[in-house]
Amino acid sequence: MFANGITPRRVVVTGMGIACPLGVGVEPVWQRLLAGESGISAIQSFDVANLPAKIAGQVPAGSRAEGRLDLAEWIPVKDQKKMDRFIQLALVAAIEAVEDSGWTPAEDDEAGRCATGVMIGSGIGGLPAIYEASVTVSQGKVKRLSPFFIPSALINLASGHVSIKYGFKGPNHAAVTACATGVHAVGDAARLIALGDADVMVAGGAEAAISEIGMGGFCASRALSTGFNDTPTEASRPWDEGRDGFVMGEGAGVVVLEELEHAKRRGARIYAEVIGYGMSGDAYHITAPSETGDGAYRSMSAALRSAGIGPEQVQYVNAHGTSTPMGDDLELGAVERVFGEAGRHLAMSSTKSAIGHLLGAAGAVEAVFSILAIRDKVAPPTLNLHRPSRASVIDRVPLEAQPRPIEVALSNSFGFGGTNASIVFRAAP
Amino acid sequence: MSDTAEKVKKIVVEHLGVEESKVTPEASFIDDLGADSLDTVELVMAFEEAFGVEIPDDAAEKITTVKDAIEYIDEHKAA
Repeated sequence: MFANGITPRRVVVTGMGIACPLGVGVEPVWQRLLAGESGISAIQSFDVANLPAKIAGQVPAGSRAEGRLDLAEWIPVKDQKKMDRFIQLALVAAIEAVEDSGWTPAEDDEAGRCATGVMIGSGIGGLPAIYEASVTVSQGKVKRLSPFFIPSALINLASGHVSIKYGFKGPNHAAVTACATGVHAVGDAARLIALGDADVMVAGGAEAAISEIGMGGFCASRALSTGFNDTPTEASRPWDEGRDGFVMGEGAGVVVLEELEHAKRRGARIYAEVIGYGMSGDAYHITAPSETGDGAYRSMSAALRSAGIGPEQVQYVNAHGTSTPMGDDLELGAVERVFGEAGRHLAMSSTKSAIGHLLGAAGAVEAVFSILAIRDKVAPPTLNLHRPSRASVIDRVPLEAQPRPIEVALSNSFGFGGTNASIVFRAAP
Repeated sequence: MSDTAEKVKKIVVEHLGVEESKVTPEASFIDDLGADSLDTVELVMAFEEAFGVEIPDDAAEKITTVKDAIEYIDEHKAA
């Protein structure tokens, strides 16, 4: 993996957890995704009359048994108020992932606990909590701010809560790179294991910014879809000629990463191996992607280089594909440039078509989808892709899932500020 | 039980998520009811809000049990 001569340790995925607009729980979410269901709906939780965008991907309420979210099943009520929603969602996904991995070192296993770290990031963090606090202050009641306000809003408190819950005493970290957060968190966490800083890392991203200032802010930057308020399930339509912006989503994705021999020794189920990770910066604009797609190209190229494979060895790409007029085709162009002739055999889809753009959680949720695509040999669909705005040799899996011989998958995430990250998974060794 | 005691008990149950039966007059917020230092800050703020009293920091530090809270509030709340 490394060019500097260090022999890195191999890193595998042994646990996964998801809370997203298609539900809570990896299996129910995956089945709904493959069935072509959409998690986008009208916002009911606050008044959207003055907002041009009135829809979002919201985590559905209901029981865990139904694959939905009832927070009381996951977090004691008295603790819920100590964390803003992004932390709550992070905890839900982390609990599922840790339970799934079976890695819960006991209190007397100090070595095991110290070798286990957490890196769950967020793009924005506790925006709703900050808003509420601002209202309190503007009413002249600064002394009435809750002692839990700051820790409920801080991004690294997602990692903090997970470590406290399980006694994970290894590296405790948080990536914050806007919409690239999820990939950076998983990729960086894998590197910590590869370099020996930890044997196990609970890694991912969480976001819950569906609030008046979250929606209003992205509307102001002209990023959100506004033309499908009456038909929300059709709003997120990556590469389709009718697309008009992304749909805000909320949720969390978490994976348990583990050093290969550590996983083997304890007989863990291994889903996939993290074989490549690449990053780049656009050095171009605060919100727009570089006009040539150069940042995306270099990010994917770096990921393949670190994996030591050529593009012909990749069968599936989970695209960033947010459904914005500009970004989708720039990414497509960059993928065509990276893959060349090999693009003819590639499937590339944008699962944001079903769940919206989960910002800092997107890359982590999509990492889980990429791993499941490898596990089940199926490419999830790009919903609402009826008429691509331009042709390509690359199959973008319109409307319906496709069985595919997927052994290696690459997932892209790009963020405001011109930050790009790509990660590559391979079937379990 | 006085009105104040009833109301204090209710606030403690709500904020600390504990069984009502555990909220005895002698119960210590930290030692018996599982509160940490931030919980106690929040509790005191809730008492201030509910009873319209101001509890300065040096007084708040001395309120460690349910009984302490009830007594302080009864002494200081507006008649």
